[in-house]
Amino acid sequence: MDVILFTVFNSVLYGMLLFMLSSGLTLIFGMMGILNFAHASFFMLGAYFAYQISEILGFYPALFIAPIIIAFCGALVERYGLRRVHKFGHVAELLFTFGLFYIIEEIVQMIWGKVPVGYHIPLSMDFPLFTLMGMSYPAYQMFTLTISVAIFLGLFAILTKTRAGLIIKAALTHPEIVSSLGHNVPKVFMMVFGLGCGLAGLAGVLAGNTLGTEPAMALMLGPIVFVVIVVGGLGSLKGALVASILIGLMQTFAISLDYSINSVMELLGLTLDIESLWHILVDLTISQLAPILPYLLLVVILIARPRGLFGTRDV
Amino acid sequence: MVTFIKSISSWIIIAGIAALLPLVFDSYFALTLLSKMGVLIMFAVAYNMLLGQGGMLSFGHAIYFGFAGYVSVHVLNGIGEETLPYIPIVLLPIIGAIIGLCLGIIIGYLSTRRAGTAFAMISLGFCEMATALTLIFVVFFNGEDGIQTDRVVGPEPFGVSFGPQVEVYYLILFWSVLTVALMYFLTKTPFGRMSNAVRDNPERAAFIGYNVRHVRWLAFSLSAMFAGAAGSLHALNYEHIGFESVSLIQSGAVLFMVFIGGVGHFLGPIIGAIGLTYLDSTLADITEAWLLYLGLTFATIVAFAPGGLAGLIVMHGPIVSTNKTLLIGLIKPYLAAIGSTLLGLLGTIGIIEMLYFRSLISKGEGEVVIFWTEFNANGILSWIIFFAAIIISIFLCKITYPKARESWDHAISVVKSEISS
Repeated sequence: MDVILFTVFNSVLYGMLLFMLSSGLTLIFGMMGILNFAHASFFMLGAYFAYQISEILGFYPALFIAPIIIAFCGALVERYGLRRVHKFGHVAELLFTFGLFYIIEEIVQMIWGKVPVGYHIPLSMDFPLFTLMGMSYPAYQMFTLTISVAIFLGLFAILTKTRAGLIIKAALTHPEIVSSLGHNVPKVFMMVFGLGCGLAGLAGVLAGNTLGTEPAMALMLGPIVFVVIVVGGLGSLKGALVASILIGLMQTFAISLDYSINSVMELLGLTLDIESLWHILVDLTISQLAPILPYLLLVVILIARPRGLFGTRDV
Repeated sequence: MVTFIKSISSWIIIAGIAALLPLVFDSYFALTLLSKMGVLIMFAVAYNMLLGQGGMLSFGHAIYFGFAGYVSVHVLNGIGEETLPYIPIVLLPIIGAIIGLCLGIIIGYLSTRRAGTAFAMISLGFCEMATALTLIFVVFFNGEDGIQTDRVVGPEPFGVSFGPQVEVYYLILFWSVLTVALMYFLTKTPFGRMSNAVRDNPERAAFIGYNVRHVRWLAFSLSAMFAGAAGSLHALNYEHIGFESVSLIQSGAVLFMVFIGGVGHFLGPIIGAIGLTYLDSTLADITEAWLLYLGLTFATIVAFAPGGLAGLIVMHGPIVSTNKTLLIGLIKPYLAAIGSTLLGLLGTIGIIEMLYFRSLISKGEGEVVIFWTEFNANGILSWIIFFAAIIISIFLCKITYPKARESWDHAISVVKSEISS
């Protein structure tokens, strides 16, 4: 029981990290149709900036400054890069961000080197907050969880309860009408893009010290974020949350499950020749298959329900 | 018929020139480079069937390339250990092609319902899945090490063992000319035209009665088939295959080649494959920042010249075919534009190299060699020089580019009036 509870805690933690990453992307993609390949690169930049700022000013200023810088960078990329490419279509925008992904990765290597940097959990939060059924829950991770839940509630409130959210949602579906009502739609796009990148940056600030801050971290999380937004449904914040938690649970539990088809067959009294190829196939444990499970989910969703869990239109 | 003979003869001329290349460049390095180019030309043209002709941006085309490579390596090893019957090595790409086709039919069925960004996202999902699979099924893929093989197996028909690199080069040449020619003629068939139509306007294509998805599916499967054949030759060339040939690294590399070369024209991917393969094997030794330059070039091409290099060349086609004297008027503004670009390039390269030098190579020493000249990476003067180069270049580009554009517009308008009169 205690182990299950702890695993649930960890998967929710991972899921909320995925949510912070993908909430920005699902808004950007749902609204502007831009599939930002470099989204996870902004996540990585967040971690590196936080590392650099916390070396000078400490962790708490970094928590605020780094995401703001990232949001600003994102807005610049939209204003001077993507808006230029926009006239060539969405595929060109995707290609541009693909190039950006390479550029950011190389620049990060150029400035901070190829090995992980020493970005650590702040000492003031490096203690177990409470112990529940023999498992201790670190304070920093509870802090991360609190912030991410607050982000979700805040975003949800902004999108559903405020006028700005109304304009954003309207620009999502009817950009021409919103623009003819006198709103600066390109500016709204720029701000949403900046906000999305800033959220990814915040996720980087919070997760960089537990996951490890290294040049490969963008590639590690980037494709999973795509899975989240497809599974959740394009442009749906609620969908992104559910899909993130789902993938978090799936990956964390899968790693701890050491069962294979073979162990089921042994229970039924069936055995296979150790040397045969089939034995190798059935002997793969769920924990070994954990890395492909999100992508398997992606394929299943695409076949069975292309609009995702909460989406309103097909992928 | 005349045009058919003409196009056939141009293929024969290209093949003839390529066949003579080993006589000039006979070093081992040059031969491996040429072989690599041949393989990647095949792969790039196959990829452009999807991206350029069919309008489908795939981040996972290396799946077919890599898996076909793995199967080919296993076939070679099987022949070597005599667990598989002998087949001539010449026919190995056919096995690769079959593997590619089968995978293409399955994955294409699942992903061709939509084009555009949705298709791209799905292809990335498949790419990640395939990469993860290669690391999970250690028995077949041997994890991160990949599999070694020996291409000298079985009897040697006509004394050809494919041991020497030059024999492999001719094998690759044969297959790449054959497949590239096939793909070229495929663009001229009704299927090729329908593929373009589906790319440009799927609604209208569906309206005249074509099943858009089937056209995409067919293009996808055929493209995967040719990619598989290329993957086979890749494995044969290196006598090794690793998980990176399946991964996003390989898919991204072919995307860079095709897009920088130019998606709109059949020759684009060929230009891109030759150029980038050459730069990759020469520049990667000189500079640490090769991938950064590649990324910057790619982003610049996407933003400013979406037709790629081939697109820039093709822009001048009408001028060449009607009035060649107009080209002389273009030389001066073009040279001015190219010159100011080169200055900016020089500044950018200088800055990047000094940054890299400071962070990666040595912290103590200050002398960095850029363009055979020593610069002090810690001194303020060298930074000022390079930054000044960039600023002056931006200033010059603002003047020279509109002029170059203007003179091209002028030449085209003259051509138009000459045609209509």
